[in-house]
Amino acid sequence: MRPPIPLALESAALRAVGALSRVAGRGGGTTLPGKLLWKLDPGAIDRLASRLEQGSVLVSATNGKTTSAAMVAEILRPRVRIAHNSSGANLVSGIASTLLHLGDAQLGLFEVDEAALPEVARRIEPRALLLGNLFRDQLDRYGELELVAALWREAMASLPDAELVVNGDDPQVGDLARGHRARVFGVDDPRLARPALQHAADSKYCLRCGTPYDYAAAYVGHLGDYRCPKCGHARPPLDVTARDIELHGLDGAAFTLAAPEGTVRVKLALPGLYNVYNALGAGSLALTLGAGLDDVRAGLERFSAAFGRFERIEIGDRRLLMLLVKNPAGANEAVRTLVEGRAPSVAVVALNDAIADGRDVSWIWDVDFEPLVAGLDRLVATGSRAAELALRFAYGGLARERIDVVPSLEAALDRGLELTPAGGELVVLPTYTAMLALRKIVAGRGHVSNYWESAA
Amino acid sequence: MRIRVGHLYPDYLNIYADRGNIAVLAERARLRGHELDVHAIGMRDPVPAGEIDLFYVGGGQDREQALVAHDLVEKEKPLRDAAEEGAAFLAVCGGYQLLGRFYRDVAGDELPGIGLLPLHTVAGQRRMIGDVLLDCDWAGQTMAGFENHAGRTILDEGAAPLGRVISGFGNNGASGAEGCRWKRVYGTYLHGPLLPRNPWFADHMLAEALAHAGGPTELAPLPDELERAAHEVSAQRARARGGKH
Ligand SMILES: [Zn+2]
Repeated sequence: MRPPIPLALESAALRAVGALSRVAGRGGGTTLPGKLLWKLDPGAIDRLASRLEQGSVLVSATNGKTTSAAMVAEILRPRVRIAHNSSGANLVSGIASTLLHLGDAQLGLFEVDEAALPEVARRIEPRALLLGNLFRDQLDRYGELELVAALWREAMASLPDAELVVNGDDPQVGDLARGHRARVFGVDDPRLARPALQHAADSKYCLRCGTPYDYAAAYVGHLGDYRCPKCGHARPPLDVTARDIELHGLDGAAFTLAAPEGTVRVKLALPGLYNVYNALGAGSLALTLGAGLDDVRAGLERFSAAFGRFERIEIGDRRLLMLLVKNPAGANEAVRTLVEGRAPSVAVVALNDAIADGRDVSWIWDVDFEPLVAGLDRLVATGSRAAELALRFAYGGLARERIDVVPSLEAALDRGLELTPAGGELVVLPTYTAMLALRKIVAGRGHVSNYWESAA
Repeated sequence: MRIRVGHLYPDYLNIYADRGNIAVLAERARLRGHELDVHAIGMRDPVPAGEIDLFYVGGGQDREQALVAHDLVEKEKPLRDAAEEGAAFLAVCGGYQLLGRFYRDVAGDELPGIGLLPLHTVAGQRRMIGDVLLDCDWAGQTMAGFENHAGRTILDEGAAPLGRVISGFGNNGASGAEGCRWKRVYGTYLHGPLLPRNPWFADHMLAEALAHAGGPTELAPLPDELERAAHEVSAQRARARGGKH
């Protein structure tokens, strides 16, 4: 075994690498030092994390982990100094990079990739974990949902002292609470239930016996109030609920958060039921960490948006509304939110197939784009798989003469803006790397700050 | 003409956008004045003997595939009868494996198939993932799609593959063959989904179904510009993998 380099020296050297790579303009330098540290001395992560006097908490989910973690940060920030990987660098290397910049932080707050969670949890030994949901996502990269769920079960079994904050509405995630200290959250508002499970619903068969669950209410994908008619496996009792939910289209949402600590009305600036889930999870974790109900409400109400997830950018006399889409469940919620607000007549949809987007683009055929098609005058299909995306909409019922196929993101953005009347808003739905590229293009024109500047 | 489609286990086997394939068949039928009439055939549902022109079987996660395998065996007789009297079948990924004789997992346990296609599948350690390009010389066409499977499928001696692998793994990464066809039964690992990117094959399946329905099998050509563009991107991705792997 190689003797560890003295940590202070190592950290200083690696921070310098980060600064250099930032100067060199290599994508913000957010993970390069972490990658080096991870390579040179994997154990350093454990040692750095152990310096946090209040320990660490981890946030993971297929959808909403960036937003939930940012909400937790907003709630806790007034009272605790936090180290947070806010730019979404959520693999071991990204977390290592954040640990290199601990400064005087007291608490570590880490958003973690679903597949990286076991490794990160083993090293960091978190005091609490927020586990939001597991949806089908990038099968070419993560494998089947059951595999990720099995890894999570194993990881939780080896963390007997950590407090789990889990979404009880997700059968796989809710089940992790069994035999563990846990706080279970969920939605309790059948008025908002969908009439039927969506096409993309994943965990719809009983995880014990394989029988299809009966849903008293299905909210987002397979999230809801389920019970197996054969063996009785059901949603666990909820400790924290969201009730009396009001959705105000794209303008926000409100709900009553009811917890053992008390009840509070929360008004969110973010739209959609999926963001109510994010806020509910974040609030539950914050309560577990000892935050007061007023801190929770105030933090959630201050929160505007996590990087690139839901963003409005002024571009001259027009506005860009950007909603990240990356898997069927998330895209369905984006579509639902758009249609319940002011359904757009022009949209730019960007499909890339880089590794971070998923090489396999078949997921777009599992998204219910049809409600969007009804109101569309014009679609600009863009990204490295623009033609495939155009086909999805064409076979979804959009006349081909209404579709512009413009693979270049910059040209597509300009085409979309040209089709948007002055004073109007252009809706853009990009996959992950397309979102990064579009943000860069817009930033290059001076309309928004680059994320590593705002995330510092 | 009404084309009757039996979609087997749509609630269980739908992992790789199988409804995209169905949507393409429906729209391309409609544009030629035909109507696609899709029936779901689920667990414990009877197979309407003689009333289906095209059976569709999609792919599922391992768990879902195991759930349906035993039910499918119960349906073997009517499905075999339908295939023998000329009904068309399109089976993708997991559905393709289930039309073979069996699937043997890493522990050596066997999941039964119905043996409609002359093949069997054995689980391997490494998943075979990526874009694939095939040469389908029997049709004078290429086929582009995406594969993601741990199973190695072995065709019986003399069985006809769907295509020869230009780039990608195919049935097992070694034989150079992908998919299988017998009578009007077609099986493949390619999703993507398959039919939007390969309109010639969508039309071929429609023609096979029309032949069973007793209708005219000629289909007027469609412009297919987007389809060709999507095929080309997918084919480029496959070629960029270089060689077979
Ligand atoms: Zn059950």
